[in-house]
Amino acid sequence: MPPGDRANEKATAPRVATAALVPVQLPPMSKEPEPLDDPRRGDVDEWGRSERMREVARRVYAPLYERWFRVEWEGLEKIPTDGGALIIANHAGAVPSDAPAIMHGIETELGRPVYGLADQFFKGAPFIGTMWARNGGVVAHPDNAYRLLREQNQLVLVFPEGSKGTGKTYNERYRLRRFGRGGFVEIAMRAGVPIVPIAVIGAEESMPILFKVPALAKALGIPYFPITANMLALGPLGAAVYFPAKFKLRVLDPVTFPDVDPDQPRYSRSRIMDESEAIRQRIQEQLYDMLRHRRSVWFG
Amino acid sequence: MARRVLITGLGTFWGGRVAQALEADPDVEVIIGLDTAEPQIRLERTEYVRSDENYSILSRIVQATAVDTIVHTFLVVDSTQMSSRAMHEINVIGTMNLFAAASAAGSTVRNVVVKSSALVYGSSPKDPYWFREDGRRADLPHSRVERSLLEVEGYVRDFATDNPHVCLSLLRFSNVLGPDIVTPLSQALQLPLVPKVAGYDPRFQFVHEDDVIGSLLFVLEQQVPGIFNVAGDGQIPWSEVAAIVGKRTIPMPPIGIGLATGPLRRMGLVDLAPELIALLKYGRGVDNRRLKRAGFDYQHTSAGAVDAFAEALRLRRMVGDHDPKYHYQEDVERWFRHSPSVLREVDRRR
Repeated sequence: MPPGDRANEKATAPRVATAALVPVQLPPMSKEPEPLDDPRRGDVDEWGRSERMREVARRVYAPLYERWFRVEWEGLEKIPTDGGALIIANHAGAVPSDAPAIMHGIETELGRPVYGLADQFFKGAPFIGTMWARNGGVVAHPDNAYRLLREQNQLVLVFPEGSKGTGKTYNERYRLRRFGRGGFVEIAMRAGVPIVPIAVIGAEESMPILFKVPALAKALGIPYFPITANMLALGPLGAAVYFPAKFKLRVLDPVTFPDVDPDQPRYSRSRIMDESEAIRQRIQEQLYDMLRHRRSVWFG
Repeated sequence: MARRVLITGLGTFWGGRVAQALEADPDVEVIIGLDTAEPQIRLERTEYVRSDENYSILSRIVQATAVDTIVHTFLVVDSTQMSSRAMHEINVIGTMNLFAAASAAGSTVRNVVVKSSALVYGSSPKDPYWFREDGRRADLPHSRVERSLLEVEGYVRDFATDNPHVCLSLLRFSNVLGPDIVTPLSQALQLPLVPKVAGYDPRFQFVHEDDVIGSLLFVLEQQVPGIFNVAGDGQIPWSEVAAIVGKRTIPMPPIGIGLATGPLRRMGLVDLAPELIALLKYGRGVDNRRLKRAGFDYQHTSAGAVDAFAEALRLRRMVGDHDPKYHYQEDVERWFRHSPSVLREVDRRR
């Protein structure tokens, strides 16, 4: 067929209707394909977490958990044993001591992994970033949280206060900061998982910040540069050694959103802020209640 | 339905292989290959046209041959191959001329496939671990190849908006590994000690070269419009990649890395471009499920691609290059294609 005819035929042929480059909705995968050969050597998962590394870390951390902080849980049974859940807690200590305690406690008691969402600062830092990732640290990106919670049904730990919580000085202890912009509520709604709040006491006293040096923080590119009581008492060793404050953790009743559908493109901002504030209030009240009953910082 | 296909970058690894695969397809009537360099592999019926790198003769070719399909595989994604200027000519100006020709009045083009790269997502600590096609990169592009590819995608987007009747597929490939392809990463993995950045062990994602060809042919065949990530399942730490290949790693300082990579480049061992160093620090993952949902079946996972590369490497170490090198000879090829004494498939069947 000469090219000319072909061109005419093309021009009269029905045109393929295509949306430009806007992602089209495609049908879900109809069949599960055969699993491919996957010659892996290590056990580092797609988030960078290694169960073997966690095993070692848990063994190293256990004496600290049991003898030093003498961690005591209340209401651990409220944490779901299966399905995704977003665990949130108040955040404290210059180098936060609450995150490892919560992750260790849940992993040993419930036997399921916990992924801790944190600022991208950790991923960017050499050595620390790799250790952090191998131990279950994941960059706090909404897509990451959604995939973990909705698609992989994992437990995810996040501190909504972020570095505002750990960066507060000792005179402001146990006073919760703003819970970000309520992003954790939005993620839980989108993923259709419950939020499990935890109130933690003890972490504030394990490494209290006396004052901060903003110039140094800026020069080093870190969120804050603290001068802690530990540093004054122990010198440079104080950057790594916690005071043996007694840790108490209280798991509060999970918050669910039965009236909200998951996978919506947008959620009501006012609803998100209301829920976020309500959860913050509950944790704050529980903290006051726990402090009311605490006789000693060191012995509980 | 017989198709008339124009392939840009016939002399590149991808262009040549796509042409080879299309030659086996009886539905493809005409294959025209455009490049500045000669084809690297034996082709039976593809017609090679030499052009300058920014395709100024393209509109004439498109008009004269009435092609209905364009496969744009000429984009340069490896910035170590050429100067920034040359890359700009090929990527940005070449794509501009290509789409100008394809959207000219009376154009017969109805199907365009563009081979882009996951480099457009960048690599930074702020990234999600799995980029989706509609995801935005987290930081500004700071390497020239990323900037040039983003400009290219801008032209692609404009073309798609202006020509809604054209089925346009844009594929973004993650790092390619396999038995034959040579990339800076494959060169790095062939060194006695594999370079890494001290303190970082990022997750890498790979796609096997056969899956690259497979996906290009898949979108050509199925005519699925839109943007698609192409990458193998799973992400593996760089240290594990080296382990699968059977190599140890050598750390380079995280600060002042240029001082460490400079000698490697000057010795001609491996050239680690800035976008590759960012990758060696932060890694990158792309979500490949959109193409899967469109119906494409991958043949290899990320680790599988690394393993295939490792196997080819072991064989090459023992026996050297076992495939005889092909050299394009213009008069011979022309004789084969046009001489009446050559019996073609069609004549044989008769």
